[in-house]
Amino acid sequence: MSDATKPGDAPSLPTFTLDGHDVPFTPDQTILQAAMAAGHYIPHLCFHPEFKPHGSCKVCTVKVDGRTMASCTTQARAGAEIESSSDEVRDLRRNLVQFLFTEGNHFCPSCEQSGDCKLQAVAYELGMTSSHFTQMFPDRPVDASHPDVLLDFNRCILCELCVRASAEVDGKDVFALSGRGIKKHLIVNAESGRLADTRLAVEDKAMSVCPVGVILRKRRGFRVPIGQRTYDARPISEVAVDQYRRATRGDE
Amino acid sequence: MAPEKKKLRVATASLAGCFGCHMSLLDLDERILELLKHIEFDRSPITDIKTCGPCDLGILEGGVCNAENVHVLREFRKQCKTLVAMGACAVNGGLPAQRNHLDVRDCLQDVYLVGVGVSRGFIPNDPELPLPLDRVHPLHDVVKIDYFLPGCPPSADAIWQFLTDLLAGRTPHLGHGLIHYD
Repeated sequence: MSDATKPGDAPSLPTFTLDGHDVPFTPDQTILQAAMAAGHYIPHLCFHPEFKPHGSCKVCTVKVDGRTMASCTTQARAGAEIESSSDEVRDLRRNLVQFLFTEGNHFCPSCEQSGDCKLQAVAYELGMTSSHFTQMFPDRPVDASHPDVLLDFNRCILCELCVRASAEVDGKDVFALSGRGIKKHLIVNAESGRLADTRLAVEDKAMSVCPVGVILRKRRGFRVPIGQRTYDARPISEVAVDQYRRATRGDE
Repeated sequence: MAPEKKKLRVATASLAGCFGCHMSLLDLDERILELLKHIEFDRSPITDIKTCGPCDLGILEGGVCNAENVHVLREFRKQCKTLVAMGACAVNGGLPAQRNHLDVRDCLQDVYLVGVGVSRGFIPNDPELPLPLDRVHPLHDVVKIDYFLPGCPPSADAIWQFLTDLLAGRTPHLGHGLIHYD
């Protein structure tokens, strides 16, 4: 049980119900933010507690009074009845995640991010046992030009977290998305198109926000062995709530 | 006395796989003896039976990379009431599918003609060799698959959980720690 939902705590805050649980919220919070602060995990990929909600992956979809909405961009509203962990909503989310696995090349057995990957962990959480749809097997060459960083575009899910981190925190605009629809893809800000010719440095925020295994620090891939990684120990439903609370502690 | 419950007949095979999933099946260790109280093997590397008879359960490792894989997969689908894709390759093509963005002719030339260390090479063309497909497919691209058991390989514990659920008539469920794609 979270602090926020203890009886007697924050009696003046309005609440909505999430799968029947009362969840208090402050006026600036979206449904996802209020739920996570209260210790209720809602699966998500493009949302990051340190960045403005983006609302592009839709994995955080919930039913708000019967209507499907992205919980990361929907303002919390007093008295709303929100459905998040029903089979129906979980099936919707699983379909979205299956599309992501279908559109890229997510070959977990050879990925050095396996076990630390949010896409993989969310898929585990949703009980995804196959990607169901016909895989596209796109051809996406890697960019190993940078001395310290490898870019593996095969795994990009277009969450734009690196784009946002590089622009808003690092002030470098190293990353962007280009193209439309199924041709949308990640590019880097250099005339040559090579990462080596950008200003990216390993200390940049953009290095640490990728939810999958696109932006990888060279020479440390298997420092932590498979089986001893973030989501090997605990499911993402627990890890994400802790991380959210740590990241937002300063705001409270 | 109630008549002894009929054992379920189970077939297994490896298509475009490495037999790692079958090794994981053997990792059940003593639990195999418990399993054998409830099942008997039809076609399987364990029995060395070469064709699949009518079965309750078929378990396939590996994806579909050549014409023979298609043949075996269709035979399993025809003979097995329930068909399971076991392991990463069966579920999504796995390692062999990493050639899917390459031209199969280029692959063959690279390996058998112009690759480093190849001398007097030729592309094998014996009529006994099954022809490779242009792409490696997960099993569900070709036939209907009833259940997927991911992992590279799925652990013995995951296989045990899956099989005991299925034998008990429950929908198999792999919770945290058992569901793995790596």
